[in-house]
Amino acid sequence: MAKGPASAGAAGGNLPPLSLHVPEPPFRPGDPVDYSFLDIPPAGAFARPDEACPTEETHALCHGLIRVLDQDHRAVGAWDPKLDAETLRRMLRTMALTRAFDDRMYRGQRQGKTSFYMKCTGEEATSVASAYALSDDDMVFPSYRQQGILIARGYPIVEMINQIYSNRADKLKGRQLPIMYSSRDHNFFTISGNLATQMPQAAGWAMASAIKGDTRIASTWIGEGSSAEGDAHAAFIFATVFNAPVVFNIVNNQWAISSFSGFAGGERATFAARAIGYGIAGLRVDGNDALAVYAAARWAANRARAGKGPTLIEHFSYRAEGHSTSDDPSAYRSAQERDEWPLGDPINRLKKHLIALGEWSEEQHAAMDLELAEQVKAATKEAEKNGVLGHGLHHPFHTMFEDVYEELPWHLQEQAEQAIRERRIKWPSWKEYE
Amino acid sequence: MMTPEEAPLSLAKAPTKRLNMIEAINEALHIMMERDPDVVVFGEDVGYFGGVFRATAGLQKKFGKQRVFDTPINECGIIGAAVGMGAYGLRPVPEIQFADYIYPGLDQLISEAARLRYRSAGEFIAPITVRSPFGGGIFGGQTHSQSPEALFTHVAGLKTVIPSTPHDAKGLLIAAIEDNDPVIFFEPKRIYNGPFSGYYDKPVEPWAKHDGSVVPEGYYKIPLGKARVVREGEALTVLAYGTMIHVAQAVLAEKGVDAEIIDLRTLVPLDIETIEASVKKTGKCLIVHEATRTGGFGAELSALVQERCFYHLEAPIERVTGFDTPYPHSLEWAYFPGPVRIGEAVDRLLKA
Repeated sequence: MAKGPASAGAAGGNLPPLSLHVPEPPFRPGDPVDYSFLDIPPAGAFARPDEACPTEETHALCHGLIRVLDQDHRAVGAWDPKLDAETLRRMLRTMALTRAFDDRMYRGQRQGKTSFYMKCTGEEATSVASAYALSDDDMVFPSYRQQGILIARGYPIVEMINQIYSNRADKLKGRQLPIMYSSRDHNFFTISGNLATQMPQAAGWAMASAIKGDTRIASTWIGEGSSAEGDAHAAFIFATVFNAPVVFNIVNNQWAISSFSGFAGGERATFAARAIGYGIAGLRVDGNDALAVYAAARWAANRARAGKGPTLIEHFSYRAEGHSTSDDPSAYRSAQERDEWPLGDPINRLKKHLIALGEWSEEQHAAMDLELAEQVKAATKEAEKNGVLGHGLHHPFHTMFEDVYEELPWHLQEQAEQAIRERRIKWPSWKEYE
Repeated sequence: MMTPEEAPLSLAKAPTKRLNMIEAINEALHIMMERDPDVVVFGEDVGYFGGVFRATAGLQKKFGKQRVFDTPINECGIIGAAVGMGAYGLRPVPEIQFADYIYPGLDQLISEAARLRYRSAGEFIAPITVRSPFGGGIFGGQTHSQSPEALFTHVAGLKTVIPSTPHDAKGLLIAAIEDNDPVIFFEPKRIYNGPFSGYYDKPVEPWAKHDGSVVPEGYYKIPLGKARVVREGEALTVLAYGTMIHVAQAVLAEKGVDAEIIDLRTLVPLDIETIEASVKKTGKCLIVHEATRTGGFGAELSALVQERCFYHLEAPIERVTGFDTPYPHSLEWAYFPGPVRIGEAVDRLLKA
């Protein structure tokens, strides 16, 4: 056998055999949870560099954690966005409405009104506060847990429910899995079920905005889990090469279904630190601190709009509920995690801050929660007039073949005729246009 | 004003010139960038250099770097960015340097570009034309020779276009760019510079001697979904596209067979009427493509002809294709469905 160049040496010699490192989360079901190993700097610990700074000046922020709300519920430090009380109350209300909506839709799925639902409990700030920091005409390329953006932009929740029920009023004609919204009028890109595909699309949209000399920017969201996809790399490299006016949000909620963040590389580096290798600005932010999220999003948006290029923001947060209605997190993680999470709950924190400012009270909050629950309930009733999934009140049958192409080609025309024939065989009295 | 759409091969009274296929494609890009400020062209090496096959030569100089530029070597990013640009309202014409490199962009094509219109109920569309040189016969080895068209014809929402002459390349590319659906535009690189008879050991013919190089000046479109009857005949019908049109034509001429040769030009949407009428007339059908055999577009054609023309068929349908192997470098011509393989199939059809 031929000998390679190293064969004379003692490569391997006395070393133990190699073994594969398979990441393991710190806690499994039943384990007591202690998050003291997490490095949580105090609020106000980090300076806020100029929005036009060289990317190197953000390196410390890629490893740190931008926080504004301190333990006494005050807003402190250079990142305090100094929002007025009215804006804070609106933001609080939007987050609370998002949660009320989630709770009701989750129950609706359990009652059999639809097939599937995904809550964003605990992560409301990462979408709502970001949306508040953008212009309404900035384009967002969301993942599946950013319902807060649509709500913040005033999309009618009854339309969201119609989509979730895939009923005859669903603007997406019952084609998409529940919660995969789309609203061009709200500059909200159609959500894909394939993960991270929106990342290079957001970069491309931002490039188009720059090509056209526009002032609008793009912002996109993925989870830490899907940041492992090649599309994320494609997006980062296009954004940095073309200095695209885009904001990349990685919501690190610790869990990708049952896989903890270690399976996306989280054991070795922060997700924000990926920005460093691409030469783009990076910020790591307390994702449960609405003011910090707002401040980071605003910083990145201003930077992009000023032609200074992309920013990657890691929102350090926690997925307080299951991945979806099809998931049971008690099978793979400790139930204590949620209670012990050291960054608390974003709605509760903003509420306490407003109370500390003397601009809100527990009574007002409780009244608001009741009002929002009623608002969602009323919208649900309204949507149910258009039907729930599987109860016949869906879009007309022929719409199934529309929009595959701009015009119906002959082969789809033939297949549509076949589908109609099948229908008539099954239900002889059925008519195409009910 | 009438749209200058085409009549078979000769286009009205427009002044013409002789172009090879690269020049015709380049001219189509120039025309469309001129006509529509939303058309942008990008891809690996397409900017300053003008593309490895020169298809985008001169575009950056004329239209500027904002509209014609090089990209990172990342096909997922190229197609993904094109989808985002399309959502913005641009009309992107990205180039994938070789069809063999398109696979990293497949999810963006199949799950995104092809489905945007459907999944958003028409709110967002992907008016993208992905240009890509494809096919073998240039000693490109297994990574510069493939014909992956069947991967794309299988995807609902995509259109697949393959020209066989400079005349068609220009008119089809203009139509593809104007189309509001995503189009895969495969350019048979073996015939960029001249038609190909299939005899690799004979001297290369230039396009200048071929009628297909007579290209009208200015803007014209060839509608997607319209086949071209290259030659009318009675003995059998040949269904082919791209390079294989020329190879089949040469073999049948040499054999003196009165074949009806149909250049499909667009695989999806397919011109089924022209196919059906021809096979019903001749009663015999030969399908030729360079791509691998199993699950190839020939299988779809064969099924369609069988479903629609069975009682008119006088012989089993013949499929001549590449073999189900990667495209071998040194044995390229053993792989290529050349005159011998086609000749054998023609003989079988004529004997039946």
